[in-house]
Amino acid sequence: MEDKLIIGGQELESRLFIGTGKFSSHEIIPKVIAVSGSQVITMALRRVNFSNEQDNVLNYIDKKCILLPNTSGARNAGEAVRIARIAREAGCGNWVKIEVISDNKYLLPDNYETIRATEILAKEGFVVLPYMSPDLMAAKRLEEAGAAAVMPLGAPIGTNRGLMTRELIRILIAEIKVPIIVDAGIGRPSQAAEAMEMGAAAVLVNTAIATAQDPVQTARAFSLAVQAGRMAFLSGPGAVQEYAVASSPLTGFLHK
Amino acid sequence: MSFADKLLKYQEFPFASYLAGVTGADIERTLAKEALVERDFLNLLSEQAVPYLERMAQKAHQLTVQNFGRVILLYTPLYLANYCVNQCAYCGFNVTNRITRKKLTLEEVEKEARAIAQTGLRHILILTGESRHHTPVSYIEDCVRVLKNYFDSISIEIYPLTEEEYGQLVAAGVDGLTLYQEVYDPVTYDEIHLAGPKKDYRFRLAAPERACRARMRAVNIGALLGLQDWRKEAFFTGLHAAYLQDKYLDTEISVSLPRLRPHVGNFAPRSVVSDRDLVQILLALRLFLPRAGITISTRERAEFRDNLLPLGVTKMSAGSCTSVGGHLEEATEGQFDIADQRSVREMHAMLVSRGYQPLYKDWHHL
Repeated sequence: MEDKLIIGGQELESRLFIGTGKFSSHEIIPKVIAVSGSQVITMALRRVNFSNEQDNVLNYIDKKCILLPNTSGARNAGEAVRIARIAREAGCGNWVKIEVISDNKYLLPDNYETIRATEILAKEGFVVLPYMSPDLMAAKRLEEAGAAAVMPLGAPIGTNRGLMTRELIRILIAEIKVPIIVDAGIGRPSQAAEAMEMGAAAVLVNTAIATAQDPVQTARAFSLAVQAGRMAFLSGPGAVQEYAVASSPLTGFLHK
Repeated sequence: MSFADKLLKYQEFPFASYLAGVTGADIERTLAKEALVERDFLNLLSEQAVPYLERMAQKAHQLTVQNFGRVILLYTPLYLANYCVNQCAYCGFNVTNRITRKKLTLEEVEKEARAIAQTGLRHILILTGESRHHTPVSYIEDCVRVLKNYFDSISIEIYPLTEEEYGQLVAAGVDGLTLYQEVYDPVTYDEIHLAGPKKDYRFRLAAPERACRARMRAVNIGALLGLQDWRKEAFFTGLHAAYLQDKYLDTEISVSLPRLRPHVGNFAPRSVVSDRDLVQILLALRLFLPRAGITISTRERAEFRDNLLPLGVTKMSAGSCTSVGGHLEEATEGQFDIADQRSVREMHAMLVSRGYQPLYKDWHHL
């Protein structure tokens, strides 16, 4: 069965997006991309070293992948907009992940500024993927503002705590029409699978892969988990029952 | 509440008896916590924490990898001038020291910038002594305009400014401030800053906060370790960083751990900070402030710096010199002697061999 994720008019086979931060070397990145099959790769524009070919992370990303520059470091909508424009002018394409963080301690996104940046950039023709705190009203505003997908956090960035915001994400999946991509906090493949089983359209993983003992094997594990979770979602898992369901029912005689 | 008020609250605090009373059980409790409070931080700075250094190191390493990855930002200092009107007992630029005084012309700044940029560095820290006559804010602005063509991030380590002046430099393209209080104990501060505008303790103490208000992106503070009892000084440094972090959420707060180095003049440290002590400070800081940047400069020996690498460090200087015109042919005497003479290429190789990514660029002028 064909099951493609469509964002910004692009058909994607892979539902695992990956990040390029925190790796011990750029050389690992192409291997991670290859084993994971990821097609969307995010990188912080602030870290793209355009003046050194060898240090430029863009040179380690397969040309077939979609670049998803992010606005890490932006403290408000204005800065996010400027970073997005710089990324596009620098040849990173027209996708952008908006990250507006005005809190360096927990790195929680500023939904209000994120909505403002989304409005501006969507009008300028960007494919906008905003990173946000899972709040239904904010997600609706983002959708109205033209977001191509909405990226709620599962837990604060880098914490590997998993789907701590499960109930809120569940509501977003039910109510928001654009794809919901769980970003941040996913620490283990099983947690990625859980997000996919719930009906998330994709997940974005960085820290859990980049800081693993073996990032390449971890990336493979995440890729399989995302596929398994998706398959489970599509096949409709059985409902959870409070009691065991007896195979010889006591009221069976009524139907005879 | 200002940070000065917060410090006042600790003036009567019985540090000696508190530190003596810390037990192994206290350290265990602190280590079991997910978020530390001020007393936990102090516990980790106590003598009783020494047997726990390995456990602290394991936790510090894990927290640092989680928050920052295996990544070290490289930068280098660029001394613009060494004119100074202050008499700081511990500093080579002391106005009473008979050293060659120099200020780079804008052409020389450009030459230095070109030489440094060729090493691959994209982050620069510019320094001067305190002389509003020789190196006014307008001179710093002129230099920044030149440097912007060569670097992605420009930080300043100069005399403390007013909020408006910081704003002026932010507008010119400065994104980071480094300013050490030197010593948080006000009595010692007064004793070793013999003369000059630097005698104004409170103006300096509030300067990092003024920079935050002026929308500086990154602010780096520190105490010059060796000037006073290091346990107290490290404690106040951590409190200062926590205060800034809590109050100015969108500023990246970092801490440096500079140890007093030999310099022109003679000033003996009052509190000797051993390698083990420095490690303890570094670990305690990382556990107290998991998100703060931590800088180790070339004041420390190469081998020691390499060993500190996995313990919580996020930034390191490379290819440093502390003299004016250091990357040109004629250089002056340095502010202090550096202990790690390695070039950027050598630092790069060391980081890679230890499984760390040397990070050259972590900002982009907007």
